[in-house]
Amino acid sequence: MIRVSANPAIDTVIKLVTVAVAMFAFVFVVMVPLYNVLCDALGINGKTSGQAYTAVQAGVDESREVTVQFVATNNEGMPWEFGPSTTAMKVHPGAVNDTVFHARNPLPRAMVAQAIPSVSPARAAEYFHKTECFCFNQQPLDGESAAEMPLQFIVDQDLPRDIRTITLSYTIFDVTDMASGAVAAR
Amino acid sequence: MGDHHHGPAKGLSRWLFTTNHKDIGTMYLWFSFAMFILGGFFAMVIRAELFQPGMQLVEPAFFNQMTTLHGLVMVFGAIMPSFVGLANWLIPMMIGAPDMALPRMNNWSFWILPPTFLLLASTLFMEGGAPAFGWTFYAPLSTTYAPPSVTFFIFSVHVLGLSSIMGSINIIATVMNMRAPGMTYMKMPLFVWTWLITAFLLVAVMPVLAGAVTMMLMDIHFGTSFFSAAGGGDPVLFQHVFWFFGHPEVYIIILPAFGVVSQIIPAFSRKPLFGYDSMVYATASIAFLSFIVWAHHMYTVGMPVAGELFFMYATMLIAVPTGVKVFNWVTTMWRGALTFETPMLFCIGFLVLFTIGGFTGLMLSIAPSDFQYHDSYFVVAHFHYVMVAGAVFSMSAAVYYWLPKWCGKMYNEAMGKTHFWISFIGFNLTFFPQHFVGLAGMPRRIPDYALQFADFNMMSSIGAFIYGASQILFLYNVIATIVAGKPVSDDKVWEGAEGLEWTVPTPAPYHTFETPPRIDPDHVHS
Repeated sequence: MIRVSANPAIDTVIKLVTVAVAMFAFVFVVMVPLYNVLCDALGINGKTSGQAYTAVQAGVDESREVTVQFVATNNEGMPWEFGPSTTAMKVHPGAVNDTVFHARNPLPRAMVAQAIPSVSPARAAEYFHKTECFCFNQQPLDGESAAEMPLQFIVDQDLPRDIRTITLSYTIFDVTDMASGAVAAR
Repeated sequence: MGDHHHGPAKGLSRWLFTTNHKDIGTMYLWFSFAMFILGGFFAMVIRAELFQPGMQLVEPAFFNQMTTLHGLVMVFGAIMPSFVGLANWLIPMMIGAPDMALPRMNNWSFWILPPTFLLLASTLFMEGGAPAFGWTFYAPLSTTYAPPSVTFFIFSVHVLGLSSIMGSINIIATVMNMRAPGMTYMKMPLFVWTWLITAFLLVAVMPVLAGAVTMMLMDIHFGTSFFSAAGGGDPVLFQHVFWFFGHPEVYIIILPAFGVVSQIIPAFSRKPLFGYDSMVYATASIAFLSFIVWAHHMYTVGMPVAGELFFMYATMLIAVPTGVKVFNWVTTMWRGALTFETPMLFCIGFLVLFTIGGFTGLMLSIAPSDFQYHDSYFVVAHFHYVMVAGAVFSMSAAVYYWLPKWCGKMYNEAMGKTHFWISFIGFNLTFFPQHFVGLAGMPRRIPDYALQFADFNMMSSIGAFIYGASQILFLYNVIATIVAGKPVSDDKVWEGAEGLEWTVPTPAPYHTFETPPRIDPDHVHS
């Protein structure tokens, strides 16, 4: 191989610059997606799937009941009134359950919100399936108006038997600034 | 040939345009000392506020800026550039090279540093104040809740990362391509080895840090949500990315210190270093392990038990190669003809105190007990034992050891020893009590504390003032040596010193090894 440069150090430099650029790319291309994939796969941080679950459950396990509790929190600076219609439900694993959350925008201007779910204990996250959830989308609300936001879920029959209570917590964030383009489009 | 033998240019342009590794090394060393004083001043503000419980001198917001800037300036402005300066001065002389491989890039990697730190320090005078989110700048503190000056902070981190990457590429290119004939890898002095491995770590992880601050920048200004849960991101991701950089970073700081100690202890023991090969392998093992232990900084973040266990055992594993090194240094001294000049005193101080820091590190590595120690003063005590007694003590040792070779004059030994003992006492008085208050539950980064911690905090503050004052003595000693030190003319300043840098005249001429030295093939490295 013919060297382009008389200085052999240039070859070393080119290789090392490549490594540095590759490591910078590694953060965005590998670390970020890998983190999200691992959290989804392992249910770390109580993260539940961001997509609707397609039911494949056969039958309902009538032999046991699981209590599902609902918690709602407003992120700092979020003025909406936001909460569950019922704070707890007793459900059978495998059954399809419905509930609603109430939201009201007290300000005179239109806003957009995003609810982020979290399941506790984190171990239960992968057994908690949402077939329909307001959290899959951003929620726009006109000024001084209210809405009911539906949630439909199934607790998996494979839920470990020692888990008798699952807490589903939503934190609602004001994403009006981030979604301003989207609001205009609606 | 004639043109090559000219001396340095005159005046300011010598320093601005220099491509000489010795000039650049000198600038790095003075710059890092200036940053050490600046970071030390921030530390004095912290300790003055903590002298007594209650709010005494500064506002809590300003206190937070002080802890943040103290960490950033000390890590990126003082310790890292000081070892780069040492590498510039010594690596070419140790491997028999005339200069660094890329002298012009060398000039650049230094000269982009001072404006960067000026920019970072200028955030103190900006509206909203300087960054106040800790040197680890966890999101969302550093994104959603950050002061407007965070953008300047991000730019500073980008530039100093660039400087570090350029510096490390230069070091690797020098070591790989410019060794004198016969200087095989396993004959290189250990300082060169530790820096070679450090430089690889820097090339691998400084871009990760750049990635982390780039994501912050995009979250703050361009509407992305890497670290914002509202947009589907996750603040915990920040901690993973940061510590994937941050853990190798602590070895970037300490490995060159290991190299310095491995040069100095044999010289004053008048024995070759015990276990040279195992030292090289231990350094490489530590570097490898540093990539798989990052999450031990974040045990309390809510990891699965399997993850906690993995990171716990991997972290404990690091004690093995580190132990190999400590035992090798002790064995080097065993039955040696020891003398205790100032560089040796600092190395022995390093050995004792760094080992204490290593043991507290082992305590912290145990996940279940870390839940108690996390974010307490116990952690502060731990990392100051490894950073100050590790990096700063070994750096002081290096300055005393090589200063006579650099400037051809001997420092005042009595003053050097006084500096050591005041430092040693001041350091321990500052940080040893912090173990106790930390175990008793005093959290770090808080400007006030409960009354029961008052006595230990007052001791800490007095110790910090003593330690800070001892550095003024150090500065005076170095300047007095350069201006009016007793001239030394022996090539080999120290009786037991080994290595090529001691074969050139004293003081080291502006150009050395323009024709490469012959390395005796049977020569055993020092």
